[in-house]
Parts: sequence; structure tokens; C-alpha cells
Amino acid sequence: MTHSDVKNPTRRGVLAGGGSLVVSFALLSQVLAQEGEVQGASPPAEPRPKLPGSLAGDPFLDAWIRIDGNGKVSVFTGKAELGQGVKTAIIQVAAEELEIDPATIRLITADTGQTPNEGYTAGSQSMQNSGTAIRHAAAQVRDILIGQAAARWQVPIDQLRAENGRVIRADGQALDYGSLVSAEILHVEATPQSRLKPADRFRHMGKSMHRVDIPAKVTGAPIYVQDMRLPGMVHARVVRPPRPGATLVSLDSAEVERMSGVVAVVRNGSFLAVVAEREFQAIKAMQVLEMTARWSEGTKFPKPDGFIQSFKNLPSQQGVVAERSQDGVAAARTFQATFTRPYQIHGSIGPSCAVALLENGTTTVWSHTQGVYPDRAAISEMLRVPPEQVRVIHVEGSGCYGHNGADDAAADAALIAQAMPGRPVRLQWMREQEHVWEPYGPAMLTEVRASLDQAGRIVEWNYDLWSNTHTTRPGPAGSLIAAHSLPTPFQPPPAKLSITPSGNGDRNAVPLYAIPNMRVIWHFLPEMPLRVSALRALGAYVNVFAIESTMDELALMANADPVEFRLRHMEDPRGRAVIEAAAADFGWSNDPLPEGRGRGFAFARYKNLAAYLAMALELEVERETGRARIIRVASAIDSGEVVNPDGIRNQTEGGIIQAASWTLYEAVTFEENGITSIDWSSYPIMRFGSVPERIDVRIMDRPGEPFLGTGEAAQGPTPAAIANAIRHATGKRLYDIPFRAENVKAAIGV
Amino acid sequence: MAVTLTVNGKTQQVDADPETPLLYVLRDDLELNGAKYGCGVGQCGACTVMVDNEAVLSCVTPVLLLEGRRISTVEGLGTMEKPGPMQQAFIEQQAAQCGFCIPGMMMRAQALLQANPTVDEAAVRAHLEPNLCRCGTHMRIVKAVMRAGELMHQSSQSGGST
Repeated sequence: MTHSDVKNPTRRGVLAGGGSLVVSFALLSQVLAQEGEVQGASPPAEPRPKLPGSLAGDPFLDAWIRIDGNGKVSVFTGKAELGQGVKTAIIQVAAEELEIDPATIRLITADTGQTPNEGYTAGSQSMQNSGTAIRHAAAQVRDILIGQAAARWQVPIDQLRAENGRVIRADGQALDYGSLVSAEILHVEATPQSRLKPADRFRHMGKSMHRVDIPAKVTGAPIYVQDMRLPGMVHARVVRPPRPGATLVSLDSAEVERMSGVVAVVRNGSFLAVVAEREFQAIKAMQVLEMTARWSEGTKFPKPDGFIQSFKNLPSQQGVVAERSQDGVAAARTFQATFTRPYQIHGSIGPSCAVALLENGTTTVWSHTQGVYPDRAAISEMLRVPPEQVRVIHVEGSGCYGHNGADDAAADAALIAQAMPGRPVRLQWMREQEHVWEPYGPAMLTEVRASLDQAGRIVEWNYDLWSNTHTTRPGPAGSLIAAHSLPTPFQPPPAKLSITPSGNGDRNAVPLYAIPNMRVIWHFLPEMPLRVSALRALGAYVNVFAIESTMDELALMANADPVEFRLRHMEDPRGRAVIEAAAADFGWSNDPLPEGRGRGFAFARYKNLAAYLAMALELEVERETGRARIIRVASAIDSGEVVNPDGIRNQTEGGIIQAASWTLYEAVTFEENGITSIDWSSYPIMRFGSVPERIDVRIMDRPGEPFLGTGEAAQGPTPAAIANAIRHATGKRLYDIPFRAENVKAAIGV
Repeated sequence: MAVTLTVNGKTQQVDADPETPLLYVLRDDLELNGAKYGCGVGQCGACTVMVDNEAVLSCVTPVLLLEGRRISTVEGLGTMEKPGPMQQAFIEQQAAQCGFCIPGMMMRAQALLQANPTVDEAAVRAHLEPNLCRCGTHMRIVKAVMRAGELMHQSSQSGGST
């Protein structure tokens, strides 16, 4: 099984298990390696005291918070609003520690011209990294201002308090922040310790604040990059080759150039685009250009039949994710199975878009990228200009859920803008381009072999997973599609196996349960015949699916209730708490259900070091069609200290529905000639008729605990809870996602 | 050529080829952002607007069909300062994540509730079937539409102007 592919085993210094991972990375490199994907980020030159969150990368307080002479507060975050509500949560945190009204804060998000470099907005880490940094910076700024007032009044600081943008003395005299501040007093490095407010004095944190971005979104205010209209702006469309690697052999652009409104046909090697005064003119011109362009064959796709099953035979490298051996194994019963997940898309409702302007030698790009700084690095390398000559500004797009077409569209726009100096270029991908060219969530195959002893405890766990890397994000220009088509093309950098605490393909590959003997191996597949990158939760989606499906099968073997069986193996009290809460809220029992109904349970701690989430659900399988429909879900989440409870609830509901859609319906389809899932008809997702009747989210209250993030916590447990409920309803275990009606029907044999 | 369109109660001439889908005229000529480009082939509902009280997919509706008809977009439902009942309900229920699909949802729901503000949840779900949301905000969208129905019903009962 594993002997054929042993090459360069990589081992991490700590064993995963019991929730006690030691994070061995410097914080700075964590900022760069948020998905556990970037190797070899260099640590800070000198050892310095560890600063909280992203302060470690950018220690000056005024990189995060500035106050002008009128007391107006500006807060800077390197994180971007992706629809997850991070702007609101950051404003709550800053307002809390600064003792100001949240409505008065001006928040500036990811912009290489203005904000700190916080890498990618990814991995459910915005609150841990940026939220923590801003909370500490805000507390320190507040105390500096109190210190200024103390000096001015010549009174001890303990006789002063901050309130509503002012420092107030015991006798009621007050100085507002504007009169206390000067530029230099905030241009100081943060200290490791801050006087954070205790939870019992919170005015904003822990309370559901309405999202600051929603009023604009429900009234049609221009807040998306798609809505930008700069003076003199032109509209562009790209024409992609029929397959990756195909080059432009010939082109007759005369007809297109004569079309109404067409400003330019831009050809740069095999990169091809058309620019028009108006948007629909650009679309019509693109369609004609598609007919006249002649391409070389390019790279064929693999034959789809049996392709995922063939992963075990592909060249691979082996990484040891965990290895633990404590007791002699007295295995009484063993469960063994193979689980798979197909390629799946991010599927943003709005295809990727960007606006770019080349002016005075600087290219400014407005993009819904998740990482303005890494995207700037990639685009400047592609344009062969210094990074200072490119500015990337984040503007919201449609939700991305990971590395979608955003960075590629930004590169397309930047490249077209080089041919249109002085004119802003709005580049919009078509639906089919997004479906075909966005990097997919990688297909995976996993094998589990787990054994119980006579007493019904798990004594041995072997797990092998086959997967590509789950990140091919910028940095390098070779990560951009447009750069592959230039006269001197940039190549995608070779993918490397790396075993990190937060994991990648191996994210959540190690069960959090107490198991004495364990071996977990990532068989890393360096070849990527389909373009792949980060999709919400990375490998955690299939690894938790496999682990939690196996837990149910082992519980059956042990003749135990699935919830009790999990608790039997769960030592982490916070893990136990969410399991017990979800079971209680659901009304978990062994009572019989109506014909065709089943209940399923699942648990994971995201990355084994972030949010805890457990869920129970009830579903119904229609025997005649095989259609599985979720009836109700009860979930419990522990995200650490809570900033915006309704924000956590919104993200968790959304995560459950999205992961249910992946699980019940979604698979990229392809043939040797190309991708065949090109729209919402050939790649169906969940619609209103199939969403559950009810989803409950209980939020565990953890005052004073570190922020743990929320956005991706539900992605792993959801497929497992669905599979376990189908098993309960029908007696059949499903191993291969998606559980489309025809697949379920075939499995239950009706 | 010139086409005369009535959008959100305002009649105006735009210079567009008659085959141009309404979506592009709304966005590019009239600078209205509510209707979104999602698929261009009528599969996702992000571009939904109302034409004479019916929900219509603006990405596949040429403007030549729309002279003399009443077109409404989400901008016609209210403003940030003075949101209409549908908008107020979506804010109350915090029924958005990325929000990209939301104006299309609201316009399809508006067509339903204008005809009958007291529909039940099953009817709301059935009516919204053509519209896709990728963030998984469905539960809140349904609640918000039910709430908008209440607000519209209250308003019609009291003869109010909200």
C-alpha cells in the first residue's frame, strides 16, 4: 500500500493528538502561511518578545490605529471583507478597547498602499490574527491617551478612565482623544502585554451588532468591484484557450476591430482580450473573437472514469502526519474503508472581476483577491516591474470561499491595462470562464483502517490520504493563468509536500479522539492535471468526513450510541461540551423514526487547533428516487471569545448549507477534451427547495479565551453527519461524495 | 438607437442596441447596481428585476421588449436612509453574507408579496427556487421575506406610507 511510494518522508516535530499541538512556526511566518501552505518563510531577524496576533508582523501601533486632531479614529486591517462580516467584528473589537462609538470608526481594509500586510484573508484566521492585533493595539492606544491625560493633569492614571472618545477625571473633567493625540505618540511599537477589558465590562463585544455592510448591499449602493465606474473606463473580456497549455496559432481580428464600440484587441503572446467602450459590446466582440482564434491542442485532461480511484497508483511523496505507538494492539474488530471526494468548485455567484489602471508608471488594481500583498507580488513579477509600481486595493466581490478566479482576473485586468494607459479597464469573467478556469478544490481519496478492543475502545487507527496540494495561490507570477500565456511564459511553481500544524491536504487528518496507536500518512500527488487550490477548509472536508463516518461504524461494532461513543474517546472538555450541547439541542435519542428518516452526528475541532463544532441532523431519503433531504440541524460551536454572536451564527448556518450542497450534489465533470461542468445546469448546487426546514446554532460562551475563528468549522462535520444519517435511514454507508439521488438510489438498491 | 424605458417610476431614453439585455442597460447606462451579472443565461437569478409586477431575469431580456413597461430594481424599494419594508426586513434578519445574490432575491420576493403579502413559508421557498445563493444564507432569506410580508401587510392595513 505505502511501500511503493516512499520518498523523502517529512515529519513534524510534534505529534498531533489531545489538542496539544505545539505551534513551532514564528508568528510572522504564520501570517504568510495561513493555510499551512507556504514553506520556509523566514523568521524575524532578531528574537523579540512575542506580540499578539498580526502585531508580530507589523508592531507599530499607528500601522493599525490612527487618531486625528478632531478625535476621528481610523483603523487599518490587512484582512478583507469576503461577506464573512469581518469588518463589523473588527469595528466591535476596536470600539470596545478604545472606548468609542463603533459608528464613528473609519475602517480601512486590505490595500497595499495603506494597510499592514496580513497575507491572505483565509483559514478562518482573521479574528485570531487581525482581531487580536487590533484589540491589543486599541487597548494600548487607549492607555497611551490616558497616560497623556495623566501627565497633563498631573494625576495618577488609576484616577482616570476612558469613555466615549474622552479621558475622564474623577471630578468629571474630560479631555477628548483629539486633544491628547499627536502623531508621534502612536508611532511606537506594541508591547506584548495589554490591559484588555474584562468581559463583564463589554459594551460591544459579545453582542450581536448589525453588519455594517448590509444596508448598502440591500439598497444597491456601489460597493462591489463589479460596480466600479471610473471616468473613461472601458470594458474588457478575455478569450481563453480551449485547454490549458494551448497556444494561439492564428487570429484574424479585423472583423472584431470593425465592430461597434471596440477599442482594441489585446494580444500578448497567447493572452487574448478585447476592449470596448460598453460592456455588451465587449461581450459580442469576445464571442466573435472566440470563433476566429485558432489554438494548438494544449494539454489533454485525464480520462475521468476511475481517475480518482487511480490516485493510489500515481507518483507520490509520503509525509508522516502523525505516528504514535503506545500499547500493544489487542484488536478485536476492524473497520476498513475508502472514501473519496471529487473536484469541486468555489462557485461564486458573481464571476471574478477586476478594474486596473496604468497611470504615471503605476498600475493600480482593484480586486476581490484574498491577499492584496501576495497578489501584488505576482502581478508585478508578471509585468516585470518592481512591486512599488503596482498597488492592489481590495474591493468586495461575490463571496469566494477560497482561491477562486479573483487573482487571475486581477492579473488579466493589469495586463490589459498595460495596453490602455490612462484608461481604467474593467475586466469581467463570464460564467463559463469561472466554472472552467477557477482553481478547484482538489479531489481526494482516503483509506482508513481502525480497530476496537474487546471493551469497545479504539486501539489502532491507520489513515492514508492521497491528495494534491490545496494551495497554489500567488505569490509567484506562475500562479496566474494570464502569465502562462505570455510570450515568455511563467510556469506554475512545482508543488511541495509540507506537513504543518494547521495542515493542508492533511488538515484534520488526525482524529482528535484518544487513540493509543495511530499512523497518518499523506501521499502527496505533485502532478495536478486539473488546476487546484484552496477551497474552504482544504482537506478537512474529506478527512473529517472519513473520520466521523468511521466513528459511526465503530460505534455500531461496539454496540454503542454514536454520541456516547464519541464522548468515550474525547478527553478535551471543550470538545465534550459541544458534543453534549449539539446532542441536547437536537434531542438526540435512539427512538425510532418514521420510515426513510435517519439521524446523524459528527464532530471536529477545525485544524485540531481552532473552533470546535458538533452537529446532529435528521434527514429523509426518498426510496423511489434516492433523493436525500435534510430536515433539521442542531449544531454547537465554540469559537473562543465571542465578538459578534449573530455573525458566528450566520457563518455557521452558511457553512452547513454550503457543505451540504457540496456533499449532496457537487462534482466537476470533465473529459479528455476539457471541463464539461460549465454552468449551473451542468454543475447543480443546492436550491431553496432542498434547504433544511431549520438550522439551530448554539454558541458556547468562552469569555477571556483566544479567538478561534468560525468560517470553516462546519465544512468537515457536515458531510459526515449527512452520511451517518443516510446510513441510519437506509442501512447503507456512502463512501463517495456527492450523494446525488442516483448514487443514493444505486447504493440502497431500489 | 434610442430606447425609452421606465425604471423605478422614471422614464428616460437610453442609447442602446435593441437586442441589449436589460441588465447591461441598467448597470452601464442607468448606473443602477442592484441587478447583478451572475450567469448571463438565466440560471442563477442574480439579475432579477420586476417588470409590470412580475419577476424577470434581466440578463436574458432584450430592452426592445420593455418599452412602455414598468421596470423596478432594488433601488426602487427604498434607500439606505429610508429602506422599504423588504429592505428593512433583510436588515433586521441580517439576511446577507456576501450579499451578491440578495437584490435578485428581494426583487423576486417583492413580486410575490406585492400580489399577496400573507403567503406561507412553503410558498416563499417554492417561489425563490430559481435564485441561487452560494454563501448558504437561505434560512435568513426565507425569514426576511416572511418578515417583509408582515411589514407590507401591516402597512396596507394601516393605510400607511412605509
